[in-house]
Formats: sequence, structure tokens, C-alpha cells
Amino acid sequence: MDKNKALIEIKNLKKYFPIKKGLLKKTVANVKAVDDVSFTINKGETLGLVGESGCGKTTTGRTIIKLYQPTSGQIIYGGKDIAKLSEKEMAPYRRKMQMIFQDPYASLDARMTVGDIIGEAIDIHKLMTGKERTERIQYLLDRVGLNSEHANRYPHEFSGGQRQRIGIARALAVQPEFIVCDEPISALDVSIQAQVINMLEDLQNDMGLTYLFVAHDLSMVKHISNRIGVMYLGKMVELCESNELYKKPLHPYTQALLSAIPVPDPEQAAARQRIVLEGEIPSPIDPPPGCRFKGRCRYAKPICSQQEPVFKDLGGGHFVACHLY
Amino acid sequence: MEITKDLFERVPKDERDLNKIVRPSLTYWQDAWRRLKMNKLAMGGLFFVIFITLVAIFGPMLSKYNYYSQDFAIQNQGPSGTHWFGTDNFGRDIFVRILYGARISLTVGYVASILNLTIGVLYGGIAGYFGGWVDNVMMRIIDILYSIPTMIYVILLMTVMGAGLKSIIIALAISYWVGMARIVRAQVLALKQQEFVLAARTLGASNTRILLRHLIPNSMGPIIVTLTLSIPSAIFTESFLSFIGLGVSAPMASWGTLTSEALQVYLIYPYQLFFPAGAICLTLFAFQLLGDGLRDALDPKMRK
Amino acid sequence: MEKLLEIKNLETSFYTHAGEVKAVRGVSFHLDKGEALGIVGESGSGKSITMMSLMRLLSDNGKIKKGELIFDGRDLAKLSEEEMQNIRGNEIGMIFQDPMTSLNPVLTIGDQLTEPLIKHRKMTKQQAFERAVKMMTLVGIPSPESRMKQYPHEFSGGMRQRVMIAMSLVCEPKLIIADEPTTALDVTIQAQILELMKDLKEKINASIILITHDLGVVADVCNRINVMYGGMIVETGSTKDIFYNPKHPYTWGLLKSIPNPNEEERERLIPIDGQPPDLIKPPVGCPFAPRCEYAMKICMTENLPVFEVGENHKAACWLNHQDAPKVEPPVGRRNL
Repeated sequence: MDKNKALIEIKNLKKYFPIKKGLLKKTVANVKAVDDVSFTINKGETLGLVGESGCGKTTTGRTIIKLYQPTSGQIIYGGKDIAKLSEKEMAPYRRKMQMIFQDPYASLDARMTVGDIIGEAIDIHKLMTGKERTERIQYLLDRVGLNSEHANRYPHEFSGGQRQRIGIARALAVQPEFIVCDEPISALDVSIQAQVINMLEDLQNDMGLTYLFVAHDLSMVKHISNRIGVMYLGKMVELCESNELYKKPLHPYTQALLSAIPVPDPEQAAARQRIVLEGEIPSPIDPPPGCRFKGRCRYAKPICSQQEPVFKDLGGGHFVACHLY
Repeated sequence: MEITKDLFERVPKDERDLNKIVRPSLTYWQDAWRRLKMNKLAMGGLFFVIFITLVAIFGPMLSKYNYYSQDFAIQNQGPSGTHWFGTDNFGRDIFVRILYGARISLTVGYVASILNLTIGVLYGGIAGYFGGWVDNVMMRIIDILYSIPTMIYVILLMTVMGAGLKSIIIALAISYWVGMARIVRAQVLALKQQEFVLAARTLGASNTRILLRHLIPNSMGPIIVTLTLSIPSAIFTESFLSFIGLGVSAPMASWGTLTSEALQVYLIYPYQLFFPAGAICLTLFAFQLLGDGLRDALDPKMRK
Repeated sequence: MEKLLEIKNLETSFYTHAGEVKAVRGVSFHLDKGEALGIVGESGSGKSITMMSLMRLLSDNGKIKKGELIFDGRDLAKLSEEEMQNIRGNEIGMIFQDPMTSLNPVLTIGDQLTEPLIKHRKMTKQQAFERAVKMMTLVGIPSPESRMKQYPHEFSGGMRQRVMIAMSLVCEPKLIIADEPTTALDVTIQAQILELMKDLKEKINASIILITHDLGVVADVCNRINVMYGGMIVETGSTKDIFYNPKHPYTWGLLKSIPNPNEEERERLIPIDGQPPDLIKPPVGCPFAPRCEYAMKICMTENLPVFEVGENHKAACWLNHQDAPKVEPPVGRRNL
């Protein structure tokens, strides 16, 4: 597969959530959840998106899939800008782009049987009916490693890992090309996480899927992703090939993030020097100009509060937004 | 215990079912019913509600008396084997009149509640789901409706349509759905950000589908509780309106008119007041118990 | 070493409509003074319920069926509710997963910090205030005097967890129990809190029980680790034993399912197949046997044995029996 052919191009994507006050609901401020982010996702690759809560990674994923209407910018899917399409015009794209959610408890409708949850997409797009539909549901259940007689059971009867598989089967029902995985393993136990990750890898190999893998767990993201983008406060601060990011993190935030990962090895954990970041992520409501990381950065210079660093390619597809480079 | 070598033989993995579910299947409604059954008071309420409903439907058919035939030979008789609850000032059988009264009271209760269910659920659902200015406008309309007392609707409707059952039902329907709409809106607002709704949207589900297949079914618990608790208040309002003379007209009898008539003679014939008042109290009490029991049984926070 | 806590053969069950859920099934372990013990396990392994039993904070349908909870010479299982209230917060401090829900939103941080001091230690308001400020300084909250007057919502997530830690420390408890203290936090904040806990261990020689599902967290903070599965302790040993010389297949499985951060090419992860047992009907014999790669006939029939596999290192697995086939552990010292 040609991994260098772009499937999705994100250009200057912005998503602001207005804060409204008063009787007339006047906008008093904006939460700049995603603020001018550009990147491409190549066909057949897994692009990891990491960052801490409030950095806009989930919003980015949801905006790309048009769960949120972007404030501005382009989302070019297979050559066509879908950013401004209406819900009706989106219909064909809804079959190509799917999503796997974070919370295996909240992401399945508790009042529907597993069969109906998986079959919902088939019904919506009127793909098949009757026996054909039943067989398809059984096939999908089987594909994600569940028994086909589970179709008549309800979500609450399953464990977290099994529910996450149901969520994957639902996403696969429309035979998508692209799946946004929104923290699909963060709510699962360690021994189950690996099951789900392996399944996602198998499905990618068999069906040629492209993933946008959103997570805060850097070690899993590193494992599954070809390239990783690091977000901070609505901005993409670094983007490169995943091994490169691990070995040669350039942005001070990426360095701190990497050093904060707990290492499951007592000697290594004792030996290494952590970069402990002071303070916390500032509010994304109308953030101040300049680099958004400057308040917590060890290397902050005067220029960092005056000018916003440009997100530029330092060669070999290693992008970084920092005045140090 | 003896440990022999053959006990250490490997057992291959595929002999073991790794995705087995050991607990029996239990749907939301089965689980709620199980919990309701454990609540003795609520079950008592439920049985009484079923009992009074059946009696209201079939009782008058089985009785040899009716609510309107007057017989001045048996005026104001006390309870006896022939007239269980005695007779009134016109020699009419009070038991049968209470049964007919139950028909009217329960009809008002059920019809008004079903109307308020349909209007309230749709209205609240739409306001909550679409949010923004749609919600804003729809909720202001509700505020206005809510600020007009039920009594004014009734009196206005009476002047237009004449006194009677129909006016009461319509008046109650107009004023009662507002509460239901508010409950449903709050539910939908809380549910619509849930991931399963987002999932339906990524699958391309239409707004109607999301509302009818996901949001409303997931709000059914509070809807049913509100519905159950709105029936007794409708019955009470009807009784009250009839009591003050704004309800059904003679010789038809509702529990309210029966109480009102009995009040004039209650010092001489207290049983005439006792029975219809008792019927109102017991029915309201039964619905309240049932509603409280349902609330406990359907509350998702209680579910584990 | 002096034993601060010894739990002997604890059994705790929850009684639900579907039957008895045997959440803890015969757990025994001890904690020395000044030690940091990690309890690692997945959801439903019984790790939190063990600690809730110790604190006697089980929900109404939960019951300690058996066992002794000897803390500082007393059996907590036999104390009255009033005596327990004097132990909670005073002699045993607790840190919970979610700092938002464990702080009272309508009281100031200062009120919440000083209340136990006034109640348990009979301090005056002024004394309590000074002590609280000292604790806030210790856990690294800047300008503690002014922050004492603020409400929980005015604190960020990481700061709230610091307040929780200050609260658990304020009465100088003999033991601190931290139940997933960093799970709800971001990685960089988690790093701050872990550094703080390591600091406390050194500065005030705190005895800590750290409950977590994250092996990375215990590797950093704890001296000793209990691995729990299906309501039982399946392996216990020093942190190095558990990471470098594990003797139970479940511990192997846990270590294997973590991706190797140094991999160049994508190496396939080795998950543990299947699901954790439903403790309403726990499997006979070893709880892990249905998912175990090395399961033998004996594992499905006999009660779980405990084998001493080293100094203070025990594993509940038949593979350590002399007659069992020799198995090369698939993990252990990684090439790092």
C-alpha cells in the first residue's frame, strides 16, 4: 500500500466554542479548543495524536469526523473539502469515516441489543435487511472475537473489553476507510488493552484502514502509530515519525511529556531524571499571544511571549513549533 | 489430598471458553420489575390501581343498579346487603354511583396523562435535542403557559365549550404537559452529549431517529414516573373542579360531585361522604405509592 | 522490621440479587513501618475492596465474612463504628482517585483541612490553621495562607489532589492508603504527584499502601508489591522480584502486555486472552487458570497453593511445585 498518499488533509483547522452570557446569549469569549492546526493523514497509516486533557486532541478528532462544525479551515477528504458540507451532503462520507469511543459504558445505547447496536448503521444506510442483515451482524461479532449468540444480549452484560469490541464492530458495519480512535483503550485494564490494540492492528492490515489514534498514553500511541502529533492547548507543537519522536523529541513540551511516562521497570525508573513540569495547562479561553507553552517552559525567551512560533518542517517530515529551532 | 504427576498435565487453551458470560441475561425492564416487586407498598399500590381500573370498567355492567334511577322509597338508607354503601337523597345506590364516578375520574386521569405524555415528550425532546434558540423560544412559551392557573383554562373552556368532561380533560392536558416537557428536556440535554448519541451521529442517523430510537427510550424511566405521578394529580384536580361545581353535571357523578352532594348532609348521613372521599384518598394514595416505587425501580443510579 | 498492619485471611462478599459476589477471597499480607506497598490488579481484582474492608467503608450490601485486620495491635474488624471514626483520617489517611468528588464543594479548603485536627486532635482553630498551612507547604501548594480560604472548584485537578494528600497527612496518620491517586490525572501532573509521594516517603517516613492498575506507578514508588487477581493475592514480593523474577503467569501476562518503548519495528503485543472472572461464580481452583497459557489439570481442581519462591517472595501457582513441568518465564529482566 502506498503509505505516502494523503487520505485526509487538515488545513488551518479551527474549532472555537463560544461562551455565551446574558439574556441575549451574547458571545463573551471563545474556548479555542483547536486553534489553527494543519496536518495530513496518509492512506493506510496510523497517526497518533497525544496531549493532556484540554489540549484539543479529542475535539480535533471529532471535528475531522464532523461531529462538530469547524469554525474555519479545510478538511480535505479524498480531494474534496468536507468542512462546509451539510449533514445531507455528508451522508456518503459517513460511511467512509467512523469513530471508536473512549468510554465503553457510555458509548453503547443501554436500551438496545448488541445486534441492533451493530445493525444500526446497516439500517440507517439501508444496506441490507432480514437474513442478510443477521448474517452480517454475526460476521462482525465473529470478526471482533465475540460469540454470535451474543447478538441478543444487552451491553451491560459485557465486560469493558467486550463492549469496546462491540463498539469496533459497530464502526466496521459500514465498511469505513478511516476510523478515529478516541482514547479507545484508556478505560480498559492493562491485560485487555493489548487485546484491543492487536485487534485494531489486525483490522488495519486486513482492511487497509487508516487510523487517527487519539490518546494520552504515549507508550501505547508509540506502539501503534506510524507518526505522532503532539498537541498543547489547541496547537500542534510537534509532528514526526514515532520512533524519531521517542529518540529525538525537539519541543520542550514533548520532552517533558516523554519523561513523565511511568516506566514499568524499577531500576530504570530510579535511574532516570524526570523533567517535572511546573504548574498546569492554562485555560484555553482566549489564550495570550506568543507560544502557549512559554509559562511552563524551561527555555522560555522574550521572543516566546511576543511571537507565535511557526509550525515548520525541520527536514524528514519532522515538524515542530518552537523558537529554539 | 494427594498430588499425582498426572495432575500436572497441560490443558490446552481452546478447550476453555474465554468469552463466556456467567450471569443470566436481564434487561433493563426485567431488572426494574424485579426491584419493583421487592417493594411491597408499591406492589400494593399497583394492585389497587389495577383493581380500581377493572372495577370502574366492569363494575357498572355487573350491577343491577344504575347511577340515575331515582327511588324515593329508599332515600338515605345506610349501608346494607342490598345497597353496600347505602343510598343517597334520591334513593340512588351510592356504590354504583362511586363506580361510575371512578369511570369519570380515571378517564380524566388517564386521558389527560396520555395527552400530556405525547405532547410533553415530543415538545421537551425537540427543545432539548436542538438546543440553542429553538430551546430558548420553546421554553419561554412553556414559562408563559405555566404562569396561567389551570382554573382560568377551565373557566375559559367552559364558556366556549360548555361545562363537562371534555372541557376538564382539555384544560388539564393544556396545563399538565408542561411539567412532562421540562423533565424530558432535562433528560435529553443530559443524554445528547453521551457517546452513544455521538456514535449514532457518526453513523449518519437522522435527528428523528436519534430522538426516537435513542434519546426518548433512554428517558423512559423518568417519563414513566412523571406519568404515574401526574395521574393522581389530574384525578384530584377533576374532583376538586367537580366539587366546586365546575365539573360534570347531574345526574352524572364523579367523585368530586358525590363528595360535594354528601357534604350538605354529612352531619346526618356521614357514610355518604365517607365512601366517595375514601375512594379518592385510596386511589391517590395507591398512585403515589406506585409512582414512588417506580422512581426507585427505574432510577439508573440505583442500578448496579 | 516492625509490622504496622497485618491482614489475615480476609474474605469480603457483596450480596446482590443475582447472588453472593465474593470480592475478596482469603487475602493475607502485612505492611512494615516506613514501607511503601503496592497493590496491583485490574478492576474487579478485589484490590480496592480489600482496602475498603480495612477502613470498614463497605457499602450496605457488603460484608466482611472472615479475617483479622490487625492495625497497630488492634483488630479493626472488631471495633465499633465510633472507634473506627477515630481511626479514619486520624490514624489512617486516605487518598482517593477522584479529588473532585472527595472534597466537599461548599466548604473552603481550610475548613476541610482543619476539621479533623479540631475533632481528633482537639486543637484550637489557630493551631489547626498553622498545622494545615504547614501541610499545604509540604505538598507543594504555593501561597497556602490565601489558598486556605478558597473552595475546591478554584483549584485545578493536580492542586486538588495535592490538597487531598495534605488532608490525608494533616493528622500525622500512621498509614496512608492511596487508591489510584493518579489515574484521573494527566501524565505531567501524575509525574508531579508521584515525585511528591516519593518525597513524603523520605521526608516523613510515611507508611504507604498504593493501589493501582499501572505497573509503571508502583515501579517508581513502592518497595514491595502484591499482585491481585480474582479476589486473591497471586504473587507477592519485592518490587525487583516482581519485575525481574516474576513467578506467576498472570504477572508475566501483565508485564508482557505493555509495549516495549524501545522497539524499533512494531512488535506484536501479547495480551492475556479472555476476560477477568465474574466473582459471582468464581472458577474452581486458580482464578487465572481459564486464561492461563500454562494451565494444568490441577489448576482447575485444587485450591490455590502458596509457594515460597524466594525470600519474602511468594507465588500462588502450581508451576512452582516440584512435579510441575519446567517453564521458562517469557518475561523477566528485559534488555534495557
